[in-house]
Amino acid sequence: MTDSDILLQLDGVSMQYGRGETAITALAGVDLSVSRGELVAVMGASGSGKSTLLTVAGGLTPPTAGEVIVEGHWLSQLPARQLATLRRRSLGFVFQDFNLIPSLTALENVSLPLELDGWTSKRAHRPALDALNIVELGDRAQHFPSDLSGGQQQRVAIARAVVGGRSLILADEPTGALDSTTGELVLRMLRSRVDAGAGGILVTHDARHAAWADRIVFLRDGRIVDESRASAVTSLLSGLPA
Amino acid sequence: MSVRQSLLAILNQGPCYGYQLRAEFDRRTGSTWPLNVGQIYNTLDRLERDGLVRKADIDADGQNYVEITDAGSAEVADWLGSPVVRTMATRDELAIKLAIAVTLPGVDIAQVIQVQRTATMRTLQELTRTKNATADPESSEQLAWLLVIDSLIFAAEAEARWLDHSEHRLARARAAGLAEPLPLNTEVPKRGRPAKTAAAARA
Ligand SMILES: Nc1ncnc2c1ncn2[C@@H]1O[C@H](COP(=O)(O)OP(=O)(O)OP(=O)(O)O)[C@@H](O)[C@H]1O
Ligand SMILES: [Mg+2]
Repeated sequence: MTDSDILLQLDGVSMQYGRGETAITALAGVDLSVSRGELVAVMGASGSGKSTLLTVAGGLTPPTAGEVIVEGHWLSQLPARQLATLRRRSLGFVFQDFNLIPSLTALENVSLPLELDGWTSKRAHRPALDALNIVELGDRAQHFPSDLSGGQQQRVAIARAVVGGRSLILADEPTGALDSTTGELVLRMLRSRVDAGAGGILVTHDARHAAWADRIVFLRDGRIVDESRASAVTSLLSGLPA
Repeated sequence: MSVRQSLLAILNQGPCYGYQLRAEFDRRTGSTWPLNVGQIYNTLDRLERDGLVRKADIDADGQNYVEITDAGSAEVADWLGSPVVRTMATRDELAIKLAIAVTLPGVDIAQVIQVQRTATMRTLQELTRTKNATADPESSEQLAWLLVIDSLIFAAEAEARWLDHSEHRLARARAAGLAEPLPLNTEVPKRGRPAKTAAAARA
């Protein structure tokens, strides 16, 4: 594997909220890398630091110690403008609470990252509609978030994260509000993006969903305590009847 | 494992010989629990003793065919019509290991749980990968194989959830000052008769 295959690298990343007596250490010396074609799942109890890891990895908050490197860029060295551009072009976020803009339709929400990047809305609508179709919401493109169910809003958020072929997808419980069939649909989409050369981090409590990842890291009190890597060749496939 | 009933159910489709039965069992269960020929013949002996099968003709190739009896067919219908009851008799190795571990001093249970979780998740990853590499089933053999894979996936998932649950339960017990190791009981039970009776006998 060459260095250019590494999309994201966390080096000794720590994150403390507050200071003094009441300080909370949400991450404590985390090392993690994600390569092209790799989906990494993060599991851990509530409060173990999973969401914090994603926000730090995505450059939304600077860590209190350590370095975050995205596509070779040291985020701490990037001027704010360039950081914003990198985030827009390279990173797709799915937040735990969706974060859709209520005054925009589903289609406009999904188009937004492209438009912010200078695309005309006419040009942006095409890929945005494609992304909505993948999550089976093409027919709800003109609806506002308030007219959609929780699971549908979540799917819009996922479409927004992958639109325009961004290279690193950071998803916080993207299947949390979905029934198992729709959850599988989302995983299949995430998996196919990653197989096509993106990288991804998937935070989830659901063991069956985490199992779609190439690697699972286990977080406890802000530290990675273990890791499970699926072997390249599975012995079980030999059982498949012709 | 219901090898006995499975073989009987296969024989209900028509007479078979030993090797053939083995192949039929394997291809219908995705070769997940392969049987050896010894097991097949032992089972057939017991089925014959119980009057559920009988020896049939020996064919030109010298194969010993076995055929099902009416009582055997009735047993197959019975098997298919009644639930599989999971008894406590099958020991759950993992449950026993955790239960013992919490009673021992100096054991890092959180670590025991984590080691298991990693192993369980790896199994689940491999099963998922295997399943995802398969399109929709194209034959009834593949369908049967997928049913088995699904069952293993759900079992692994249940195990992972049980581990999470155990971890929470343990944390709560710790916070409440429980979860202390059990010292060895100094009132060692006497061999043979219960202690009381032994004392009475001495008196
Ligand atoms: N903005 C904040 N200010 C102060 N503390 C915070 C903040 N955000 C998170 N924390 C704390 O940091 C720790 C890690 O939080 P985080 O949200 O990363 O956990 P999580 O693993 O995502 O949990 P969940 O599974 O519940 O979403 C928690 O103790 C949390 O209370
Ligand atoms: Mg969270």
